[in-house]
Amino acid sequence: MVQEHRANPEKGNPILRLTGISKNFGAVSALTDIDLEVQSGEVVALVGDNGAGKSTLIKILAGVHQPSSGRIEFCGQPVSLDSPSRALELGIATVFQDLALCENLDVVANLFLGHELSPWNLDEVAMEVRAWTLLKELAARIPSVREPVASLSGGQRQTVAIARSLLLDPKIIMLDEPTAALGVAQTAEVLNLIERVRDRGLGVIIISHNMEDVRAVADRIVVLRLGRNNGVFRPDASNQELVASITGATENSVSRRLDRRTGHNGLNGSAT
Amino acid sequence: MNRNMPKDVANKDQALDRRDERIRHDDGLPGALRSFVNRVRSGDLGMLPVAVGLIVISIVFSILNPVFLAPNNLVNLLFDCATVGILSLGIVCVLLLGEIDLSVGSMSGLSSAIIGVLWVNSGLPVVIAIFAALVTGALIGALYALMYNRLGMPSFVATLAGLLALLGLQLYILGPTGSINLPYASPLVRFGQILVMPDWISHGLALMPGLVMVMVGFAVRKRRRSANLSTQPLTILLGKAAALTVSLEFAVYYLNLGRGVPWMFGLLVALVIVLNYALTKTQWGRSIFAVGGNREAARRSGINVRRIYLSAFMLCSTLAALGGILSASRLASSSQQAGTGDVNLNAIAAAVIGGTSLFGGRGSAYSALLGIIVIQAISNGLTLLNLNSSLRYMITGAVLAIAVIVDSLARRSRLSHGRA
Repeated sequence: MVQEHRANPEKGNPILRLTGISKNFGAVSALTDIDLEVQSGEVVALVGDNGAGKSTLIKILAGVHQPSSGRIEFCGQPVSLDSPSRALELGIATVFQDLALCENLDVVANLFLGHELSPWNLDEVAMEVRAWTLLKELAARIPSVREPVASLSGGQRQTVAIARSLLLDPKIIMLDEPTAALGVAQTAEVLNLIERVRDRGLGVIIISHNMEDVRAVADRIVVLRLGRNNGVFRPDASNQELVASITGATENSVSRRLDRRTGHNGLNGSAT
Repeated sequence: MNRNMPKDVANKDQALDRRDERIRHDDGLPGALRSFVNRVRSGDLGMLPVAVGLIVISIVFSILNPVFLAPNNLVNLLFDCATVGILSLGIVCVLLLGEIDLSVGSMSGLSSAIIGVLWVNSGLPVVIAIFAALVTGALIGALYALMYNRLGMPSFVATLAGLLALLGLQLYILGPTGSINLPYASPLVRFGQILVMPDWISHGLALMPGLVMVMVGFAVRKRRRSANLSTQPLTILLGKAAALTVSLEFAVYYLNLGRGVPWMFGLLVALVIVLNYALTKTQWGRSIFAVGGNREAARRSGINVRRIYLSAFMLCSTLAALGGILSASRLASSSQQAGTGDVNLNAIAAAVIGGTSLFGGRGSAYSALLGIIVIQAISNGLTLLNLNSSLRYMITGAVLAIAVIVDSLARRSRLSHGRA
């Protein structure tokens, strides 16, 4: 549970290992032979162009889709993720891109949705106390947990969504575009939140199109291209390398645009 | 708690949920009043439309005909409330999901026909007839849920088809005579027409809500305080309980000047209380609100959305069948007219007037009870004025339209005030 989190898995232990994951939708192969490893206390960024297969991969890990072939190992054991609840049980939590909160319910109800304490006589006091504890641990600034989520800002909603994914004490948490709709300050807060989650010894997978954010928090950057692994980078890799790997060519629309703007002088400016 | 402490000193000692300085906390009586005004302004109307409606109705009708407020007329009113009120209770369940059941009227008609045919015509025990009617209701509800869940048929269309199909079935099983009289002396008919509570029971029951409120209130206060959360001021809790008890005791006293409180109305209130508990204090109820608010979010948090739809549609149709049984006992007959006319619209209008939103995710079981009292008061008043049904239909239609307009406007206001 959150207040008394389990002995952190030793930092650096592999939590999740995918080998040779493929997913076909009819004649389309969305993923081919994907390998991915996530260790505890590590943030892995998953980047790639639209249609690279990031979301498909996340959905496989969340139990929404089943892979056509390949092997998923969780904490060293081979597992099959055949439903969202199975993934949750194992300790794989997902924060989806559209936050999936119920605006008509308050923060406490949203945090505990589907996992309420004592289902036949809801324990509102215990749930409220745990909600406050959890939010405080994340240093989240939510004014009141008894207001409907509709009254919260985008950043606060993102915080609630992340807090909810942590409620079930997961070992790994996946965030799909957590900063896409956020302002500068809120983005920074979410990035801080991700770091705090990592420091608690969880594995984090983050999908983002924003190279600055990725570089700011990721320990490793895994590039997907057209459903295949297309390189692993350290966060200090240059933009040029990353973009080249994402688009699959050193000569690409981003570099051409940069060339145009800098008058063909070098490529080391900030492209994003 | 630390409500007198200046804002800048109060932090660590303050209740867990009172540490954020951005929130204004409305404590004490003036605070409660202020937060009420704020809620209404932002479109969270609660029981306000009902209160205003009842006051206006009472004034207008008692000026037009003083009999309206006579104890015995009110007792009659409560008898009438029970039948449609139970349909309305079922409607609340599906409205909370953002769906609708347009066939509750036909379902109640069919169930009253089943009672007549099985009990009177076939001579089966009344208990079996009642059971058969309720099971039919549950099955019809399951069928709607099946069409919605598996075939993606909008509940609006599925139940509209049901409205006609069930009416047809009702006419079919009633056969050419079209009307079956139920025996007057039977307990079922006596329940629907004459049985009222003895004075001491009704007075005793009227004490209950206040007592329970205080007991639960104290238990919650104790738990919240030991968990270092803010608590509701004692004056508000006691004040509310006292006001509730006084008004209920007065109502019971007044009704006892006439025939007394109908047992059938007591049944409606009991069902309302049970459903209210289920909606607010159980995981099932929380899931209903979640699915009504954001279906996809509910699914992703592990709620079995299909099962929630199934339970709500089954509950709605079963309650409609129960309402049909009561209306048969109220009229002492199963006829072709049972459940037709304005029954459907009254049931839906009552839920909406009582404050359950047509858009899903907002409402309460009490809205059925309060709404049906408003609707039946209008209908009763119009009957006392000897207006014919053409006018009654038009007025009831207008009331429903007004209720929906209020709901839409309040929803728009809630959205712009960030209250969903």
